[in-house]
Amino acid sequence: MTVATKERKLTIARAMAEAIAQEMRIDERVFVMGEDIGPLGGVFGNTRGLYDEFGAERVRDTPISETAFMGAAVGAASDGMRPIVELMFVDFFGVCFDAIYNLMAKNTYFSGGEVKVPVVLMTSTGGGYSDAGQHSQCLHATFAHLPGMKVVAPSNAYDAKGLMTAAIRDDNPVIFMFHKALQGMGWLGTEKDAIVQVPEQAYEVPIGKAAVVREGSDVTIVGITSGVHHGLKAARQLAERGVSAEVLDLRSLVPLDREAIIASVRKTGRLIVVDEDYHSYGMSGEIISSVVEQGVPLKAAPQRVAYPDIPIPFTRPMEQWALPSADKIIAAFEKMESN
Amino acid sequence: MKPSKEQQLWMYEQMLVSRYFEESIEKIYMEGKSPAFNMANGPIPGEMHLSNGQEPCAVGVCAHLEPSDIVTSTHRPHHVAIAKGVDLDRMAAEIFGKKTGLSGGRGGHMHIFDPKVNFSCSGIIAQGMGPAVGAALSRQMQRKAGIAVAFLGEGAANQGAFHESLNLAAVWKLPVVFVIEDNAWGISVAKSASTAIERNDQRAAAYGMPGHFVPGNDPLAIYEVAGEAIQRARRGEGPTLIEIETYRLAGHFMGDAEGYRPQGEKDALFARDPIPKLREHLKASEGWSDAEDAALVERSRARVDAAIAFARDSAYPDPEEALDKVFV
Repeated sequence: MTVATKERKLTIARAMAEAIAQEMRIDERVFVMGEDIGPLGGVFGNTRGLYDEFGAERVRDTPISETAFMGAAVGAASDGMRPIVELMFVDFFGVCFDAIYNLMAKNTYFSGGEVKVPVVLMTSTGGGYSDAGQHSQCLHATFAHLPGMKVVAPSNAYDAKGLMTAAIRDDNPVIFMFHKALQGMGWLGTEKDAIVQVPEQAYEVPIGKAAVVREGSDVTIVGITSGVHHGLKAARQLAERGVSAEVLDLRSLVPLDREAIIASVRKTGRLIVVDEDYHSYGMSGEIISSVVEQGVPLKAAPQRVAYPDIPIPFTRPMEQWALPSADKIIAAFEKMESN
Repeated sequence: MKPSKEQQLWMYEQMLVSRYFEESIEKIYMEGKSPAFNMANGPIPGEMHLSNGQEPCAVGVCAHLEPSDIVTSTHRPHHVAIAKGVDLDRMAAEIFGKKTGLSGGRGGHMHIFDPKVNFSCSGIIAQGMGPAVGAALSRQMQRKAGIAVAFLGEGAANQGAFHESLNLAAVWKLPVVFVIEDNAWGISVAKSASTAIERNDQRAAAYGMPGHFVPGNDPLAIYEVAGEAIQRARRGEGPTLIEIETYRLAGHFMGDAEGYRPQGEKDALFARDPIPKLREHLKASEGWSDAEDAALVERSRARVDAAIAFARDSAYPDPEEALDKVFV
């Protein structure tokens, strides 16, 4: 039995559902609402089993009314509940962003810290499966840019469970961004490295702490969700050429673990940021600025591998061409070396 | 349900306090803003939306509420805040941007939060509605006493949040009452030019909830209709939509030249001022004497004067405190 427990691997979807279930068992203020999160178990599987265990009152399907239920999450949280609310695709933020950034993100500040808004907003990100530009964006920076919300984005099931537990227990609003291609849903493609061993007992992964997922000494590759996996693949290929790449999984976008990024780049002197969000005005620029501002000695100009500044196209050749990849990371490294 | 004499006097007193508070703010707001009107100058900078004239909506509804009930209000929140029992000293200090203000000066007049009496407001049209629905859901799920009331203007009834919130409240049968203060103008645009139907209470039918219209800016009539809706919510029978015909005696905000008003409208509104009307009613029907009235007026003014003095005398926050309270 012990061996079986140790070997237990979960998908991110399963890990999220397990974290939510465990917190719901010990804290009756925790509840889930969103579209199709009830009997269906969530379009991306991350609420599977919750409806059967906790029932329709605490796992409540909403009408397709993000404006109302996002505002309701703020009101319920301010009144002592701890709602977990799902925005099915992050791309749908347009119809409810007012409740998110004008209420959820600001009510604590505008009340001088007297009103707590412990909402977890979980939302799917990312593309790669030809769903085009209204269902494939990452929008990391859109949320990270606005003060008052913490933002986390796991790349594997262990972090997903621990970050979800930490998010639910946090008294602040936390945006939990999960990449669809890492969910372990066969129909969205499966990233095997995202399916990892997950302890059964509840645990927290601290919000605001990055993780070194591969140590190295020649170049730092900072990745967000899918970018971590591209980074690991690139690192393995670079190793064959004798290049030692360190891969940093950001895990939290807000607060940003600048300390971990700077420590790694101080060691390697080279920085590549991999972000499936748009190239300009994003996390990649923020990360590079953070390093440059600190005067970290660099052996080459930092590079970013990100989504071009275009709406995400539908057709497979176009979309695959535009997405970040291990090859693009290697090309970025080669560019650094040739300059 | 008719209000008792005590309830009528409570409403009257809150109206007096609210009106005198707004009149005081109006005067102080203009300090430092002449000869050139610059919104950023003076002891009260920024936008200022006064509620003069709309007091009946606040008192007729809040007369039925306990501190534990939840109220969300709008960018024009002072009358509702006063009727809900928000700390007047700290609200005044907040409006002045002082350290002793409800949020230490971070929010100002459009972002008044007093969790002790479950009051909040938002400067965004219709965005108090979702939170009221959520607070009502919280009470329903916790089997905890208390209901939520969302105040909104008639312009908010054309926002998506209005329709989504009504539907959600109805489909989940939540203890919430939506109160539209129809003051006829969305800044400069008349209701008739913005709204496809004459009365927004009719929109309740689309969401399977009762809708009521209260004409005449009459606090006693509002008391009766609101009481019924609030009792219904407390009994767990679901939400209600109320539209109240009211009016603002001031502009949309301080500095509004009000050129959009038809000639003579303001004079007609002042002739129907609800405060003297209620005073006359109290005298005619409730044996309210001139001496009692003078004493109550004086007491109300003293309360406001004390709050304004508290605000004026309070220190400004250190600028660096701006960095605090982003997270708890």
